[in-house]
Amino acid sequence: MLGWARRIEEGPFASAAVLDRLAYDSYEPLVALAAAAAVTARIELATTILIAPLRNTTLLAKQAASLDRISGGRLVIGVGVGARQDDYQIAGVETARRGQTLADQLVEIPALWDRGQLGVGAGPGKRPRFLAGGSTGAALARMAQHCEGYIHGGGPPRVFARAGQEARAAWIDAGRPAAPQLWGQGYFAFGASAEAGAAYVRDYYGFTGAFAEKIASGLLTSPQQALEFLQAYAEAGCDHLIMIPAVASPEHLDTLATVVTDAGFASQDAGLAGEPPNDPSRIRR
Amino acid sequence: MSGVPLRRVLVVGGGPAGLYSAALLRRAFPDTQVRVVDRNREGATYGWGVVFSEQTLGALEQADRLSYDQICDSFARWDAIDVHFRNTFLRAYGHGFSGMSRKRLLAILTRRCIDLDVTIEHETEFDDLSQFADYDLVIAADGLRSGLRTVRADHFGPRFDTRSAKYIWYGTSRRPEMFTYLVMPTEWGVFQGTPYPYSDDHSTFVIECSDQVWQRAGLDRMSEDQSREFCEELFSEFLAGHPLLSNRSKWMNFVTVKNRTWVDGNVVLVGDAAHTVHFSIGSGTKLAMEDAIGLVDALRKNERLPEALAYFENGRLPVAEAFQDAAQQSLLWFEALDRNLSLEPEQFVFNFLTRSGRISYDEVRQRDPRFADTFDRWFARAARGSQAPKLITPGPLFTPLRLVGGTRGTVANRAVLPVGNAMTTDDGIPGAQHERAVLHRVRGGAGSVLTDVVAVCPDARITTCDAGLWNDDQTECWAKIVDKAHCEGEALLITRLGHAGSRGATAPRSHGIDQPLRGRAWPLLAPTSRPYVQNGTPPKAMDGQDMTAVVGQFRDASERAVRAGFDGLEIHAGHGYLLGSFLSPLTNTRTDEYGGDLDCRLRFPLEVFAAAREVWPRDRLLSVCVNADDWAPGGAGVAEAIEIVRSFMNAGCGLVHLVAGQSVASSRPRYGPYFLASLAEQIRIETGAGVMIRGRITSTDEANTVIAGGRADLCVLDLPGLAEFDQSQTSKASLHDNAVAVPPVQSKRGALSSGDAYAGK
Repeated sequence: MLGWARRIEEGPFASAAVLDRLAYDSYEPLVALAAAAAVTARIELATTILIAPLRNTTLLAKQAASLDRISGGRLVIGVGVGARQDDYQIAGVETARRGQTLADQLVEIPALWDRGQLGVGAGPGKRPRFLAGGSTGAALARMAQHCEGYIHGGGPPRVFARAGQEARAAWIDAGRPAAPQLWGQGYFAFGASAEAGAAYVRDYYGFTGAFAEKIASGLLTSPQQALEFLQAYAEAGCDHLIMIPAVASPEHLDTLATVVTDAGFASQDAGLAGEPPNDPSRIRR
Repeated sequence: MSGVPLRRVLVVGGGPAGLYSAALLRRAFPDTQVRVVDRNREGATYGWGVVFSEQTLGALEQADRLSYDQICDSFARWDAIDVHFRNTFLRAYGHGFSGMSRKRLLAILTRRCIDLDVTIEHETEFDDLSQFADYDLVIAADGLRSGLRTVRADHFGPRFDTRSAKYIWYGTSRRPEMFTYLVMPTEWGVFQGTPYPYSDDHSTFVIECSDQVWQRAGLDRMSEDQSREFCEELFSEFLAGHPLLSNRSKWMNFVTVKNRTWVDGNVVLVGDAAHTVHFSIGSGTKLAMEDAIGLVDALRKNERLPEALAYFENGRLPVAEAFQDAAQQSLLWFEALDRNLSLEPEQFVFNFLTRSGRISYDEVRQRDPRFADTFDRWFARAARGSQAPKLITPGPLFTPLRLVGGTRGTVANRAVLPVGNAMTTDDGIPGAQHERAVLHRVRGGAGSVLTDVVAVCPDARITTCDAGLWNDDQTECWAKIVDKAHCEGEALLITRLGHAGSRGATAPRSHGIDQPLRGRAWPLLAPTSRPYVQNGTPPKAMDGQDMTAVVGQFRDASERAVRAGFDGLEIHAGHGYLLGSFLSPLTNTRTDEYGGDLDCRLRFPLEVFAAAREVWPRDRLLSVCVNADDWAPGGAGVAEAIEIVRSFMNAGCGLVHLVAGQSVASSRPRYGPYFLASLAEQIRIETGAGVMIRGRITSTDEANTVIAGGRADLCVLDLPGLAEFDQSQTSKASLHDNAVAVPPVQSKRGALSSGDAYAGK
């Protein structure tokens, strides 16, 4: 874990992100990010996504504020209701009201910080950002009401582009200024580890049945594929792309770092936007 | 790659999906035994013609050249759609389809199967599940009422949606040259007939009507022959002496079938067993045969059966769902035909062509430029305020519209560009950013520019950064902006007056909406004392004095809007703000004369509107913004919205701005392309009101599709990049309170997950 965090910090990457499962062989995300915070100073630390309804709201507010303070304000909290029944079962949490629970948490957590009852509550200017996932109209509305961006569940760039348009529509409908941040994700395992990577993805998404195969078939197995994926996602309006290694081979990060740098997506490279966009308000026929 | 090892495969069902799967399987897997069982006797089929689009044909050609050639030789082709409506008929080209006899298709596929050594057994029921294990793969191609799917319903999770409309399939020897759509009003109601050719001398003739019309006409009591004679009489003019042919033709209700999954172990659903699509988009047989292609392709590309079937389902299910979505739009269109009968024939046809959302205005034009030109000329002639028809017309979006009489009542085009708030200081005075944004929109060519909600008094604000129109400083600043804008272009400037109600006293919207201002909240007013969000600031339930005061505030602010020189005024009565919360049954649970049934819920908003009407000049636009649907259980739906719109029209409203949802904090919105258009269409056609909508209309093509189809008159465009323009050079220092500075627009960056699931191992 610490080795990965250090490599990400040293690479051209903007953030380290972790997923959240209970009934699975993984680290608890806030604990993992706390460890990463200790060995990094620059990168953002993101949960993509944290299944908030599994957690006690006040405790989560305290943990998130603590982690944000410890890391020097680098926390980004991506939340969602998750997709697996087993996580809810093992936690003894009802799934029926989880959407409403999440909406309540998104209201309650900032309120807890603002009221100052938790002590370490984030002060003005130090509040961690919330992002949310989910594809239903209700989930998108929740995102637009309470968060600063949208995390897409992964897929081909055109699927991401459509989801991005929908997220933007929800954003405008809620009367938010500017635009939502759009986060995407993709799995990679290069060269000889492609098979093992596909097996991992199949296993991880096994609960979705047939869908696992689809995700496995989208695995990026060469630097060239990764490069094209990055470019297509950027073209589709992605602000922040999470590249998830499907095998535990840190050396693949170095390969990915080269791809990211070559493509001009390095986080230090602020001038990435390229030529200024045309004045969009001018209506042409 | 050798593909999935298959010794024996069973295909249940001898329709196009089953036979084509069997043939393609034998071609790809020469060592595999394939057996087809069908419950009907050989040669029995109850359909007439089937249709294919041009795209489908390419797939069939690649999959099996031999059957493709025979299929093509059997085609009746057409490129146009004829619509007969109200004694006129219009033709639109570019809708290429091919039709053929279903019987002929089955004969070709059967022949192909026999040549490939597929065993076909007719009059064989196969429901002995214990035998499934003898087969490596069982393909359930047994149709809409699939027996195999029913037996394993727990696993497949089928869902059925039985529609109320009645339809019947006939054949006829009267053969039109193209797909024809006949709208036939009768004393019982309207019937629809769709004849289309499937061979040199025959056509399919589908007839459809609503259940009520069907019963009123007495068809529920008629025999097969009586029904046929009735329909012959009905369409006698078109049939010109030709008979309708019955093949055990029965009146039916269409059923949409969807399944949670198409795969259960070694059993896979294909064709109608897996998914049905309404016949009005002519894609059922196409999808069935594409399923066969996809299935065999998956079996070849994978080594193991579970992976192959998953690959198949993943590839095909989204395609089927996309067609089902389009088909749903289409069937809803046919079911709501009565409403569209009031449209002029040109608009009726355009609306018909674009009904499923798959064809846009630009695509109609690409397919048939002459039809599009004819349509545009009609649109220009029909538009109020437009000059005499010109040879070259600018298209619907750029056709002027007179909203009210007088020089300031006509918009030069239908594009409305919005200006957001969140850029003022807390004194409600519009600042440099407002001016910059307004002028930017005017120079950009907007027909009108719409401000964000402007508060009628300090306590009416939603957030601390709302602009206002309650004092002279604000009025003066608005007047300057309006003056400059009028010098820059001909755009009408419309301001939206509002009162936040229970949604007031919240933090600026950079981090979220409806976040209560803790400790610094101002007093709120609402129909009841229930807060908008959990733990939100409780409003005061309004009494008579409060109402009088609010009416006065709206009157004063309207007067100020006159003085500021605005061309249009909109009263905001939607989205759960004060007036909207009186209209919605979810938030107005008052028991006095201002709550309860709709007339009572309308009372206060109408009082406010009347006050604005009194002071607002007759020659300038007065508009109201209301919810077309609350998008929440127990909320107001489109039927109430129609009544609400009528009431405001009677009170002197010249344009209705429709929005939806947000009556309560958690609603169930839908954010598809131009997502308010279908609600707007209903309300516009039912009430005759001029309608403006916003909501994922992001291009001129989308706006043209909405306007040309009669779904709305004005579109608020959310052009990509508008928000970014406003964001650039915006002073972050003006956003304060408990807000954090707005983050700068992010550059595109790579980011990485540490993939902890693996790192931990």
